[in-house]
This record gives sequence, structure tokens and C-alpha cells, in this order.
Amino acid sequence: MTSSAGTPRALLSVNGLRKLYPVGRKLLGRFGRTQPAMLHAVDGVSFAIERGETIGLVGESGCGKSTLARLIARLIDPTAGMIWFDGADISTMPARKFARSEWRADIQMVFQEATDSINPRFTAARAIADPLIRLRDLRAAALRVRVEEVARLTGLPAELLVRFPHQLSGGQKARVGIARAIAVEPRLLILDEPTSALDVSVQTVILKLLHELKQRLALSYLFVSHDLNVVRLLCDRVLVMYLGRIIESGPAVQLFAAPAHPYTQALLSALPNPGARRTRIALAGEPRSPIDPDPHICRLYGRCPRATDLCRKVAPLLQQIAAGRLVACHHPVDEMAAAGP
Amino acid sequence: MAWPPPDSRMAPLLAVEDLLVEFHTRSGTVRALDGVSFDLRHGEMMALVGESGSGKSVTAYAILGILDTAARISGRVVFDGRELLSAGEKAMGAVRGSKLAIIFQNPRTALNPIRPIGKQIADVLARHGNVTAAQAQRLGVEMLAKVRIPDPKRRAAAYPFELSGGMCQRVMIAMALACEPALLIADEPTTGLDITTQAAIMGLIAELVASRNMAMLLITHDLALAAQYCNRIAVMHAGHLVELAPTRLLFATPRHPYTANLIAAAPGEGAGLDRLSAIPGTIPDLRRGDLPACRYSERCERVTPDCRTGPLLRLDTADGRRVACRHPL
Amino acid sequence: MISGTLDGNLRHALYVLGENPVTAAAFALFLLFALLATFGPALVPYDPLASNTAQALNAPSISHWFGTDQLGRDIFSRVVVATRLDLGIAIAAVALAFSVGTLLGLIGGYWGGWADRIIGRIVDTIMAFPLFVLAMGIVAGLGNSVANIIYATAIINLPIYARLSRAEANIRCNAGFIEAARLCGNGEVRIALGQLFPNILPLMAVQVSLTLGYAILNAAGLSFIGLGVRPPTAEWGIMVAEGASNIVSGEWWVALFPGLVLMTAVFCFNLIGDGLRDIVDPVRRT
Repeated sequence: MTSSAGTPRALLSVNGLRKLYPVGRKLLGRFGRTQPAMLHAVDGVSFAIERGETIGLVGESGCGKSTLARLIARLIDPTAGMIWFDGADISTMPARKFARSEWRADIQMVFQEATDSINPRFTAARAIADPLIRLRDLRAAALRVRVEEVARLTGLPAELLVRFPHQLSGGQKARVGIARAIAVEPRLLILDEPTSALDVSVQTVILKLLHELKQRLALSYLFVSHDLNVVRLLCDRVLVMYLGRIIESGPAVQLFAAPAHPYTQALLSALPNPGARRTRIALAGEPRSPIDPDPHICRLYGRCPRATDLCRKVAPLLQQIAAGRLVACHHPVDEMAAAGP
Repeated sequence: MAWPPPDSRMAPLLAVEDLLVEFHTRSGTVRALDGVSFDLRHGEMMALVGESGSGKSVTAYAILGILDTAARISGRVVFDGRELLSAGEKAMGAVRGSKLAIIFQNPRTALNPIRPIGKQIADVLARHGNVTAAQAQRLGVEMLAKVRIPDPKRRAAAYPFELSGGMCQRVMIAMALACEPALLIADEPTTGLDITTQAAIMGLIAELVASRNMAMLLITHDLALAAQYCNRIAVMHAGHLVELAPTRLLFATPRHPYTANLIAAAPGEGAGLDRLSAIPGTIPDLRRGDLPACRYSERCERVTPDCRTGPLLRLDTADGRRVACRHPL
Repeated sequence: MISGTLDGNLRHALYVLGENPVTAAAFALFLLFALLATFGPALVPYDPLASNTAQALNAPSISHWFGTDQLGRDIFSRVVVATRLDLGIAIAAVALAFSVGTLLGLIGGYWGGWADRIIGRIVDTIMAFPLFVLAMGIVAGLGNSVANIIYATAIINLPIYARLSRAEANIRCNAGFIEAARLCGNGEVRIALGQLFPNILPLMAVQVSLTLGYAILNAAGLSFIGLGVRPPTAEWGIMVAEGASNIVSGEWWVALFPGLVLMTAVFCFNLIGDGLRDIVDPVRRT
């Protein structure tokens, strides 16, 4: 696990992060005693983001990737674990206080639904100005200059700045969301499915914009997405999440070329492909419940084509199988196992 | 896939001719569809692909006769030898659900939330098939087994909220296929589902459709998905059908500039970000009074003045392709 | 650029009124009531309190448009002068109910937890009473004064605002734009008041208009049963009550005209409600 904590100078490092939500109560024994049932949204996640790096966080709905993004953005409080940002522990400060802390401007986020993330009663200019007023204390002319500057940077025509969100197209709203996030010059930008609501032609434009902004502003990205094709385009390293845990991580190129975890392999093979019809590695059945999962059973057990008896006795931990590559599986896919230590 | 299919000499199962749909709204007339024509043969799987606002769903709803009453529709939709646009609501009701079925994008909202799923399938069977209530119930469970819902007998009593999104979509498929329709219209059947679920659902649909020799019209924004499951693809843009071609030819030699751009814009294996092309501009506002003849002309790099003024030319080529462009690639 | 949309707002308001003549008429009527409330006492032909028994119970005529009552006072003058009092009570009561109720609802809906539970119970307790009876009880207990009528009317209207604003705040308390506001460094109070509140305002505005009508009825009702403003003050409710005994003897005008004006006022506020929503809600702009 040590290798997952990153170098000491990592921009962000997360250790043993957990977020549990109470969901009703469950019965204990036969005497009607109950205890709260807990949904394990994020369950012991450790990784690091280096300066200038783009990390892709992929997984299907309900795997906890959005919760993890919100934990790191410090919009919600973790149940356990630590978040270090630039050498400081930022996980102990309550989320409601974090909004006015010195780190707020350093960690910003772009939301999935651009429509929903802009106050319907704000014009585009007012939305972009919001963080500048609160976090940079800009007013009047200085504010106006900066808003226009950021709008130009994100390719938002100045005449659209007076419009309300419902008067903007999906792509324009996405630009407003990005402009607002980069206005205060954050060091880490969390992108939560920034293009999933966009048409493919607009998606390309936004992805190119994000790529260009990263170069120009020396940003680090945590790019959360369910779309592996998009992650492949933008990310240096990829983390694959399944039911609250990271089950595989590694450099994007290697991970896409030779996935080691059966789940990653299934994800990749499920991508629609107009060319050669690949043999699909199907996952049987439904995912296990994220509510109080048995700590001794691998979370993919029951869907995994490679499962053995071992998998329901000992849950696999993340282990290094090659330089920079970690996988949590007792039976990683063969070609990788051969390349392992 | 063999092309053309062996039964192409027969009359098409579905023929859409010069379909035009307009909506009259407070802020002007929306020219949602204009001159859309295509046919679908028995047992064929075809896709309607386009971005939001392209009119692909409007086309499906026009075929099914479930458009808003404010819509003005003209043209012809001949299904199984019958003109559907002039058929009355009662006749359409008999065709819908029995010969012509649809799967919607959001299965959770399309299912009745307060009725067990087994009963909902039985309802469809009882309405269209000549079966008793008991038989319908039994067939309903059978259908659930066919869409591979585990433990179908017990699940038949479940309510939609107890099932995952993928399971709900399986139930929708079971309902759509219960009466053995000749044509299945799948309107974005996997949008909003996870990618592994998408693969499983699409695989299931394709398998069931093929095994019953049904035809399918897949409506999607995902060109790659369409390519994987369909023999022919019709690309739509702003209410026009801009290109119609066998899948392989469409990808190998796209002829409409929009198709070419759409293919080049889709991220996939191998292509780096710098190699992806972005399509300039946006779909024109369909309420505009001065819409150009070719609605892509304002975004097109091959545009000439007659693209805007002259009538839209639709070229049919010998290899079964159609392209609506004056300057095809 | 950031705040200069006043011109657009005005244009939009005029557009909505132009599209919807009924709303425009209601707004015109409201304007008339507002003018009467402001300048009424200066405009009327007679002193509303001066009795003239020689002229008692005269039918409507050129000199007394609405006739005279049993003390010979000019009903038209009394009806016009009463506008200020009736409207004043209603507006003050609604303003009070709106500000306190909306704030309570916002606190409950946005922060939840124990605050929400306590506020919810208070509102439920008020709602458990038949509201008019509750208002009667409050005025009877505190004493017959204009201030107490305002408090009573405000209290019985409070639950409507608290519930509506709680529901609307609760729907939006986890919306994307609220999360975004936190990322932008806004404190919780600033988010609730500066970002959440403007979004629930349109619905509240509709409610204000509807409850204004209801508040006028309530104030007039209290006076009608003798628990509100006391005679000889000119007030629509008292005038209807005083005229009621004359209906049987054929002097219909004494009760009819105050009643008619009362009804028109209530009707006018209800009509304004819908128009107001169209104007305040930015999403309905085209």
C-alpha cells in the first residue's frame, strides 16, 4: 500500500479514505437488537496525484466515484482517512468551514450537469464572478476584467456573459462551469463527468479546451468519468473503482492495453466498437450490495468469471504487479501476472 | 453481414416517405422533420443516429403516432402494407404494442410504479394476444425468463423500484417483445445505463430480434453503438436525413461532410485528442424562418452559395446509399 | 454587465402583461386600489365619519353614488377611505407572515435536523386549529386593536409560507448550484439567503398575492363579527355588518357596495398571482 501514497511531494495524497452513509437499521441476532446499516460509498481508498498529472477515475454508477470526488473537493466530510493537499492535512476541517479556508481556491470542481450547477437566477458573468468575489475579493472594474479574461480563456463569447443559463446551449453552459472553476487559479481541478451530458461534437471541443487549459495554467486534474474512451484521451494515469474500492490503477496506456483486473477487462470489452467485433467478457448477475459488505469476500465475487474459493474467503488487497501498476485481485489476467514481480 | 439481405426483393416492412413534422409554438413554427424517407426490410436492423435536436426521436414518435397533437404531419408511413398516418387512433392502438413495439430511454418512468412487473407484461398480452388472464400471467413469467431475469417467478411480483435500471430495461424489452412484434423501435435503450449493462442489454436485444426475425430501428446518439449492432445507418441532422448507407460503407467512405465529421469526432481506440475533429457551430434554430435549404450549410466547410438557396439534392447511388448533399465527399 | 438587467426585467414584465390582458386588468385594478389607499381621504366628496340623520338611508343618487347609511354617512366616501385601512392591515400582515414564515421555512429546509423538526411542530400546531377561529381567539385575547388584527392575520398565514419555503428550499438544498456556491467560497448563511432564497422567491411571490386576498377577507371577517376595528371607523367588514340588517328592509346598497369592493379586491389579488409568477420566473422568459 505504501506505493499508493505517492511521493512525499505529491500535490494531493489520500490515505485510507472512507465515507459511510447510514441507511436504515439492520437486525442483530434474534433478539430484535438493531444497529445502523451503513452504505459503504467509499471504502478505504488511497492514492496520490502528482503535480501536473491528470488522473482518470473510472467506474460505473454507484461505485463511489462521485462521492470520492466530493470528498477530495471537501464538499463532504470523510468518515475516516486522511487527505493531504500540498503537505497539509485538509481532512479534519469540517466541510462547511472549508468553504472559507485558504485552500478553497486551490481545489475547484466542474460538475456533471452544467445546467444544474449554475444558479438559474445568475447571469453567466455573475456565475463566473462568484468565486472571484468571495475568494479573491475582486470588485467592480477588476472583477469585470478578470471575468472577461476567463471567459476569453474558455472560449465564451463576451456577448453571452449577460445571458441566464436557460438562454445558453449545453456546450456554452459547460464553458461557464469551467470558467468559474478556473477563475481563481486552482491547483487541482476535479472534473466530475464534465462532458457526459454533451453531444459528441461539443464533447470534443470541451475536451480539447480542458487539455489546452491544463497546459496553459499548469493544472492537475482528477477526471471522473464512466466513459473510458474519454479517459483514454486525457489521462496519464487511471484508477478503476468498483463498489467503493480502487481495484486497479496504472498508467493509462498500459492499463488500456492490458487490463489486469477482470472487471477492468470487462469494462473495456463492453465498449461499443464499430471495427472488429471483439469477444465480450460478460459479467454475470448484479453487483453485490454496497450496504455493509462482507470484508472477507472480494466485491466482484458472484460476477467474476475468474472467481475461486479463495475469493470468498479473503478479499484481495491492492498489490503491485509491475512498476506503477496496482491490482486488487487474486487471479489477475494472465499476461499481466506473468509480467508481475 | 451479407449485403443486400436475401429478402430485399420483397416489399419493405416499413416505408417512410417524405415525412414532414412541424410544431406550432408561441415562438414560431419548429420545422422538426423535413423530407425524411427510408425503408426497413423484414428482419433488418437499422439505426437512426444523430445529436440532440436532430429529429431522430420525432421520427420514431411520428411512426408510432404518439406525437403531440400540436404537430402537423405529412408524408407517408407504410407499415406492413398499411398507411399509418391516416389510420385512426383506434387502429393505431391495435398496431402499437402488437405489431409495432417501442422501448423507451428511461425504463423506470415508462413502467407503472405501482403495479408488479409480471402483471404489466400480462396486461400487454391480455390486450393484444388472444389469451386468458392465467395464460397471460404464465407467459409473462416466461418472457421474464427470456430476457434473462434471474428467478423470474419471484421477480414477476416485484415492483419497478425494487429493480436496477438494467433490470427495468429488461422488463421493458419483455413487454415490447411479448406480442411478437414485427418491428421493434428502440429509442436510446441504453442511455443512462452503465457500460457493462449497456453491452448486456444490447446483446440481448440483438439476439432476441435476430432469433424472431424481427426488424429493429435503433435510435441512438452513439455512432459506435449503432455500428456494432446495425446493418444500415441513417444519419440525421436538424430534421434532415443527411446520409443513409450500409454500416461498413458509411465508416469506410462517409459521403456527407457531417457524417465524416461525426465519425472523426467520436473518441475511440487509437485516436489521440489532437486527431479528433470538432464540428464547428451548432444545429440551427429550427424556428428560424430563413433556414437554408441544406441545414448543415452553415457548419460545412464545403459550402457553396447554392447549398443555401437551391433545393436540397438527395442522391441515390447504386450501392444502396443515399446522401443529401450537393458536394458529397 | 453583472447587475444591469433592470431594463430587460421591465421589458419582460410589459411583455407578459401585453400577452395576458386579464393579468394586465388585475394589475390596473391593483394600481387603482393603491391610489385610493394613498389619496382616498383627499379625494372623497364627504367626511366619512360625519353623520347627517336627515339624509339617512338614501338610495344611490347623483350626490351620493353609493347611497347613505342609517346615520346618513356617504357610503362611497366610506368605502374609498376604508381602502387604506383594509389594504394596510392585509399588507402589513402578509409582510410579517412572509418574512417570518419564509425565514423559518428556509432554515428548516436548508439546514434540516432539529431546527427543521422544531419549526415543523410549531407550524403543525398552528395548522391544527381552524384558522379563522384561531384568529378570533388571538384578537379576543390580546384586545381589539389594528395591531392585534395584523398579528392574528400574520400568524394564521405563517404556516403557508413556512411550509412552501421549507419544501422549495429542501428540494434545492443539494442542487448543483448550491454545491458550486460552496466551492466558490460562500458561507452557509450567504448561500441560503443569497443563492437559495432568490430561487424560491417566484413561488413565494405568487403566494403573497393569493394570501393578500385572503388576509383582506380575514381582517374584514374579524370586523364583521365585531372583533376587529370598531365603529365608527370606516372598514369594509364593519360596513357590510352594519348594512346586513338593512337588506331585509330593502336598503340593499348599504351592504352591497362595501361587499362588492371587498370582493373585487380579493379577486384582483388572486388574478395577480399568476401574472406575477410569469414575471418573476426567469426560466419562463423567451
